[in-house]
Amino acid sequence: MNGSSDKTRPLLRFEGVVKRFGDVPAVDRVSLDIHEGEFFALLGPSGCGKTTLLRMLAGFEQLTEGHILLDGQDIGDVPPHRRPVNMMFQSYALFPHLTVAGNVAFGLKQEALPKSEIESRVSAMLALVRLEGYGGRKPQQLSGGQRQRVALARALVKRPRVLLLDEPLSALDRKLREETRFELVELQQRLGLTFIIVTHDQHEAMIMADRIGVMNRGQLVQVGPPSEVYEQPNSRWVAGFIGDINLIEGRVAATGPQGTEIKSETAGRLHAAQPADVSLGTSVWLAVRPEKVSIAAHAPEGSQTNVFAGKVADIGYLGNSSLYKVKLDNGLVMTAVVANRTRLLERPIGRYDRVWLSFPSDAGVVLTR
Amino acid sequence: MRRGLSAFNMTAVALGLAFLYLPIAILVIYSFNASRLVTVWGGWSTRWYVALWNDEAMLEAAWTSLRIAFLSATAATILGTLAAVVLVRSGRFFGRTAFSGLVYAPLVMPEVITGLSLLLLFVAIEADRGFWTVTMAHTTVTMCFVAVIVQSRLLSFDLSLEEAAMDLGCPPLRAFLTVTLPLIFPAVAAGWMLAFTLSLDDLVLASFTTGPGATTLPIRIYSEVRLGVKPEINAVSTVMIVVVAVGIIAATLISKRGVVAR
Repeated sequence: MNGSSDKTRPLLRFEGVVKRFGDVPAVDRVSLDIHEGEFFALLGPSGCGKTTLLRMLAGFEQLTEGHILLDGQDIGDVPPHRRPVNMMFQSYALFPHLTVAGNVAFGLKQEALPKSEIESRVSAMLALVRLEGYGGRKPQQLSGGQRQRVALARALVKRPRVLLLDEPLSALDRKLREETRFELVELQQRLGLTFIIVTHDQHEAMIMADRIGVMNRGQLVQVGPPSEVYEQPNSRWVAGFIGDINLIEGRVAATGPQGTEIKSETAGRLHAAQPADVSLGTSVWLAVRPEKVSIAAHAPEGSQTNVFAGKVADIGYLGNSSLYKVKLDNGLVMTAVVANRTRLLERPIGRYDRVWLSFPSDAGVVLTR
Repeated sequence: MRRGLSAFNMTAVALGLAFLYLPIAILVIYSFNASRLVTVWGGWSTRWYVALWNDEAMLEAAWTSLRIAFLSATAATILGTLAAVVLVRSGRFFGRTAFSGLVYAPLVMPEVITGLSLLLLFVAIEADRGFWTVTMAHTTVTMCFVAVIVQSRLLSFDLSLEEAAMDLGCPPLRAFLTVTLPLIFPAVAAGWMLAFTLSLDDLVLASFTTGPGATTLPIRIYSEVRLGVKPEINAVSTVMIVVVAVGIIAATLISKRGVVAR
């Protein structure tokens, strides 16, 4: 993680940003700090307002309320062409009437730089994105991956304070997308720039970003490093959006330094290692990731906390792992994912087998909403 | 599967083409008639073209028409393009429906009515009727054709291209001129050609709005024909047909090329 040199003043600060289209809030009271050199991902389902937030930063949308500060300066009234941020569009928006070199040089020409400097910066940038020798081609003559790199070069050559990437990989096929993720991170670290990416793909956000801001219905619901957002989601919605989750409802029976005891009408006694900041009797959910649930053909010995008996309802073979959907005796359906570490062609647990699911106390997270 | 044309289709096409183009073909052929009488064929000759070349009044009218067509087409292209941009880009604004209605009204309005209303306007403001009033009248009517053509092209234009230009440091007007305009240019050029052609062959509007000293070619021809058709009229009509045909073909080719480039 790059972190930041100056924690006191962030590079970019959103203060209570609101955007309404008519009466509908597209972005609702978003406050957020982004630091120099950070790779930040805005993650959320389509229509959650993440692109609108990015477009407000680029200057294409006016803020209804709030402020955006870049280097401490309010940029709310600065028109797009005077903002030191550049955007890579989802459609790439390459100019079809210009060559690749012409596209990359476009932004530098607006700054009225000397011709020699434009030429050297364009060729250096084309080399950086591995497109040497393609300068004379038209965008229509390039493959999807090459176009994506032209769009990147065109935005980067302006040396922006912040580079905005709107779903930069969505138009690529899967294999290329996975390669490009690492290339983008590598490039960002090499140049030491601040990147803000908008994506609806949680894998993309988790792999690339230093921090993720999860958005839902215009609100920023959780901000944190990928591991924190995944392991410590702050709501059922976030837990479910970032990966799969088992949710068990119950009431808090005891909470303290030893952890939280939860009594569930359906699942019996549950225990989570972390204390919960709620009063006794509050309705809560214990969230457990499927890969933290163990499955066994025999009842485990010892403590019966966090243990459930049930029947295998479905098995999904994913190659590197297997997914078991288990219908518990109490009616709840839980999912367990087990890595296929040996090459077992016949699984020891089959469909309709009676099994016991269990998970350690530190696997679950207590959620109050 | 493509089948050849059936006998019925062939006949229909032949009749249709004959109906449309036989009069024109006859006119073109008779413009090369050596005889002084329009209806009697007297062998091939280009004497009427020579006569036309020496007919100063006719040439003067042609020159007036060309200048009016050039000026009004250029003005109509600028205004029509601006109108199209406003209609496509501005979203909803107060009076948008009225504006789009007014832009398109001349398309469906009978020319006689447009001509009469313009005449009344020019009389009311005491404008000297002549070259400039005809140019204004043509601009008014042809700009809506330009607006229609440019608007349809703008509707399929990816707005993020212009945003990208602004994002890269281009002020809005320059972004329009350096990115949007080159890309919609085929539509703009086709609009200009169409406006030019419409102006060149307009008789009704010009009759209402012209004054002494500004006789356009269609007015001149029309007034001469009333005194009896001279073979020279055939010659000047043939020249007109060629100019108009070239204009329309060029407009078609340019807008086709635009579609292919997309």
